[in-house]
Parts: sequence; C-alpha cells; structure tokens
Amino acid sequence: MTKKIVIKVRDLVVGFGDTNVLDHLSLDVRAGEILGVVGASGAGKSVLLRTIIGLLPKRHGSIDVLGVDLDKANEAERRALERRWGVLFQQGALFSSLTVIENVQFPMRENLDLSPRLMNEMALAKLEMVGLTPDDANKFPSELSGGMTKRVGLARALALDPEIVFLDEPTSGLDPISAGDFDELIRTLQQTLGLTVFMVTHDLESLYTACDRVAALADGKVVAEGPLEAMLECEHPWVRDYFGGKRGGLLADRRISA
Amino acid sequence: MGDVLLTSELKGERLELAASGSWTAAHARELESLVDGVASHATSAKNVSIDMAGVREFDTFGAWLLERLTRTWSSAGRETKIVGLPKHDRGLLEEMHGVNRKPPRPAAQENRIVTALASVGRASAGFGRDLMLFADMLGAACVAAVRVVTRPRDFRFTSTVNQFDRVAWQAVPIILLITFLIGGIIAQQGIFHFRKFGAELYAVDMVGILILREIGVLIVAIMVAGRSGSSYTAELGSMKMREEIDALRTMGFDPIEVLILPRILVLVVALPVLTFLGCMAALYGGGLVAWLYGGMSPDIYIARLTEAISLTHFQVGMLKAPFMGLVIGIVACSEGLQVKGSAESLGLKTTASVVKSIFLVIVLDGLFAIFFASIGM
Repeated sequence: MTKKIVIKVRDLVVGFGDTNVLDHLSLDVRAGEILGVVGASGAGKSVLLRTIIGLLPKRHGSIDVLGVDLDKANEAERRALERRWGVLFQQGALFSSLTVIENVQFPMRENLDLSPRLMNEMALAKLEMVGLTPDDANKFPSELSGGMTKRVGLARALALDPEIVFLDEPTSGLDPISAGDFDELIRTLQQTLGLTVFMVTHDLESLYTACDRVAALADGKVVAEGPLEAMLECEHPWVRDYFGGKRGGLLADRRISA
Repeated sequence: MGDVLLTSELKGERLELAASGSWTAAHARELESLVDGVASHATSAKNVSIDMAGVREFDTFGAWLLERLTRTWSSAGRETKIVGLPKHDRGLLEEMHGVNRKPPRPAAQENRIVTALASVGRASAGFGRDLMLFADMLGAACVAAVRVVTRPRDFRFTSTVNQFDRVAWQAVPIILLITFLIGGIIAQQGIFHFRKFGAELYAVDMVGILILREIGVLIVAIMVAGRSGSSYTAELGSMKMREEIDALRTMGFDPIEVLILPRILVLVVALPVLTFLGCMAALYGGGLVAWLYGGMSPDIYIARLTEAISLTHFQVGMLKAPFMGLVIGIVACSEGLQVKGSAESLGLKTTASVVKSIFLVIVLDGLFAIFFASIGM
C-alpha cells in the first residue's frame, strides 16, 4: 500500500560558514507514519527539522510539505501551512510569562474564532489528552518538571489539530519510565488523531516502541531508511555501530525474543 | 464547503439530527452556536439520534462539541445514539468522552476591599523584605570582604580588572559628555537669571558649589545605576536562571565571593573616579558657556571659581561617591539573585534594580546633606 507523501525533501543543502551540514539530502515522510530521524550528535538532525519548518535558510534543494512548495508559497500560504503543523521544541519553549493553559490557548486565540468557554474546554481537553490534570492548568512553566514541560509543549503543538507534528528529541532529559510513557503517548495520539510524526531522537527505545520507519543521517545524507529490520542489516559503519552496539544489540535481542 | 453543519427534525418524542460538512476547528464558532441551540430548544424529545454520516472532516474540536451535546442530554436523562461515524473518528470521540470530567477548581471570589487591603499589606511586607535583603547582601558582602582580606589569594583579581574596564573605563566617554552638558546648562541658566540683578559673577559660585557638592556625584551615580546596575542584575539573574550560580556553589565556591564582591568593589572604586572626571567635565562645560554665552573670560572664571569653592565642597562630593557605589552594587546584586525562572521576572527585577538604586541614591544624598550640615562641612 503506497501512502501519500506529506513531506518531500529533495537535494537539500544547508550549511554554516564553510561547512555543509546537510549535503544533497533527500527524504520522504509518508502520511500517518511516525518517522524517527537518528544520527550522531552534530549530524544535522535538528538542522533538518529546523530547515523544514523554515527556521533555517537552505542553500539548495526543495522542500515540499503537504503539497506546498515552501519556496513558491507566499506569506499567506505559508501561514496557512504553519497552522497545519505543530512543533515540540527540545526544551519545550513554553512562554514563561503565561500559565500552562494560556500556553495551550495561545495558538487557538491567535488563529481561531472561538468562544472563551469552548477555548477553555478545548485547552483542558488537550491537556488531559497528554496526561495532565486540570490542576496543572494554572501553573507557570517554571513550576513544572521536565516531563510535564514536554507534555505541555506537546499539548501546545496539538492545539490546532495539526496534520504533522515535529518533535525535537521528545524524550531527552526524561527518565526511562517517563520516556517510555511519552513514547506510548505519542503512539496513542498519533493513532487517535491520525497524525504524521517527524521525530528527531537519540533514544533507541523510542525507535523500537514508537517509530514506524527510521531514517539514519550521516555525512550530511540519509544513509539508511526503512523499518528497523532494514536498519539492522545496513552496512554503513555508523548505523552498524549504533544499532549493533552494546545498547542497540540488547534492545534488538529483546525485540526479537518478544 | 458544507454550509449546513447540523439539521434537526422532531418526530414525536424522537429528535433526529443530521450532521454534515466540516466539523473542524475552522467552523468551531458556528458549530458551537448550532449545538447549543439544538441542546437548549429540543426539550420535549425523549430520545435523540445523531447521524454523522454526512460529516467529511472531523477533528478534536468537532468531537468535543459532539461530546458536549450528548453529555447535556444524557445528564438530562435522555437517550442519545450516534450513528454513521467512521471507525477512525469513533476513537477520537471516545478520547473526548474521558476529558473535562473533573472541572478545574474555580478561582475563589474575593471581596474587592479585602483584595485592596491585601495588596497594601503585601506591598508593606515586600518593603520590609527588601530592607532585609539589602541588609543581608550588605552583610554577606562584608563577610566575604573580610574573608578575602585574611586570605588575599582568594581575591578574584582578573575578574575585578575586567569589571573595572566595563564599569569605569568604558563609562568615561558618556559620563564626560553628560556632565559636560549639565555643567553648561547650569552655567547658562545661572547667567541668564542672575544677569537681571547684575550678579552674573555669582553664577560661577553656583556652578562650582552645585557641581562639586551635589550634581556631579548624583548625575554620575544615576548614570552608573542605569548603566552598570542594570547589567549586574541582568547578568546575575540569567546566571541564576541557567543554574550557573548553583553550579558554583556545588563546586565549593561562594557566589558572593566569586561574582558579587568583585562587582561591588569595582563600583565603590569606580564611582569616585567617575565623579571626579564628571565634576571636571562639568566645570569645563560651565566655563565654556560662561565664556561664549556670558562673555566671561576664562581667566575671570577661574579666578572667581578659586574664590567661590573650597576643598570642603570637593570633599563633600567625593566622600559621598563610594557609598553611592556601594548602594548601587548591593541593590543590583541582591535583585539579580531574586530572579526566578521566567524571562518576565528577569525584566521585572532589572527594572526594580534601577528604580530602587536611583531612589536609594537620592535618599542617601539627602541623609548626607543633613549629616554634613550638622558637622558644619
């Protein structure tokens, strides 16, 4: 079954100064899948994510999201497109002067025409969907733990019912149990809401539990792409080290025996 | 686009609703009024069926409004049935079924008078706390200073020189410019008004005494509070936010000794230096204006100045300077350490630092005026 391609990256070059971090990279993300992007530190995973969402300029290539070419889109089309995706930043990036519920309501207030009652109910509903309680709603971001910050960030990313969610290392800085819960949450939400998830991660567990497909970045390119089984057979030295290494091997064994 | 989102038909005791179009966030306002309208007016129906087969798009907003509708009816004891919803959307509706069950605790209603009184009380308590914090920081800085005197190897010499460069050396041009202009303005005003009485020469007395005793040191202190006090607060505050200060503490360093003592010390040394330079620039500006505007030759200006001012005036001004530096440093550093996690609190504390240090500098100047008057200086 071939699914629609929602993010199409072709021949992308992104660099700083003399170095090209991404060097003629191409990648497809299909509708309704969770794609995990892995790579060594500094391999350009976050750079790829930030380029797709338009925070970094590219030197060459094209990016096509939900059928819109980002180079050809005008201001209004871009804004309309930005409403159709949500982003969870690595540190949560919550607005520190707003409460949790105001953070979630912020995109709704700016983009939709809603009654105050509905906006409150929807924000609380989103918070409950990511596993928070109404009692957390009036806290400020500085009063939250790392895991809660990520959950609020996710609720804010989901505020407008996006079609694509970009997650930048969603489980980094969480303990293994919270990280596991978070992976499961992403999986559940993806299924109920029919989301496409683009997830940059370091976490092998996340790849095994949450992702449908994995893309491995090395040398500025996608060196391996496909389901986990394909990763384990890949010959690229970095991919072999990553998945065949001590930690990767353990998880792979567990998966096979399970 | 489907314009009609919801139609209702009453058949005896049975209400049949047919939904169509896009039940999504973009139509939420319209949908909400439709749903509320149906919920409130169809009171005679005993059971309700909602046909969702015509709905093309369905998201959490639509799902929640549908859930809200069924919740209103089921709480009134009516039977509600939803048909024709695709399997995938059914999951979304089930998800919504669980949410908003426990209403958030409503904010307690407060009496307006009580609130006003409470804010006055809080402000008074805050004032008391500020005094305590000031005393605390002063004490901590003194303790650190004594410790550094007994163990001079612990003194942060490099950091102190770096701070001195930023606070004193780099401030020289702007301080010279501002005090030069202020000196000129005072001279111009003095000459303009004293000329009416033919007492132009006394303008020089005014310029000399005013600048050396009061204006020079005040202007410099206010400038330094705005320039260096705010930067101290912002620096220490962002270090606090990023847990750098905690890191220092866990490595066995005293943040007061490492970060704050050099900064306060630099201000205490820098302020007299800047005041001296500022006073000279102001007297120069005054002289220039007296010459160009008042027609008073530089020789006469200098001769008059030496007659009018004495070493005492100069001493009074210079004696005040280190204390003002101390006050600015203490306020800036203690405000910096009060910064909490949010960006907003960093801004608030930086503002508070500048406002409080300027206020205290002026209060201190008043106290010094009383003191010097009573000892006859």
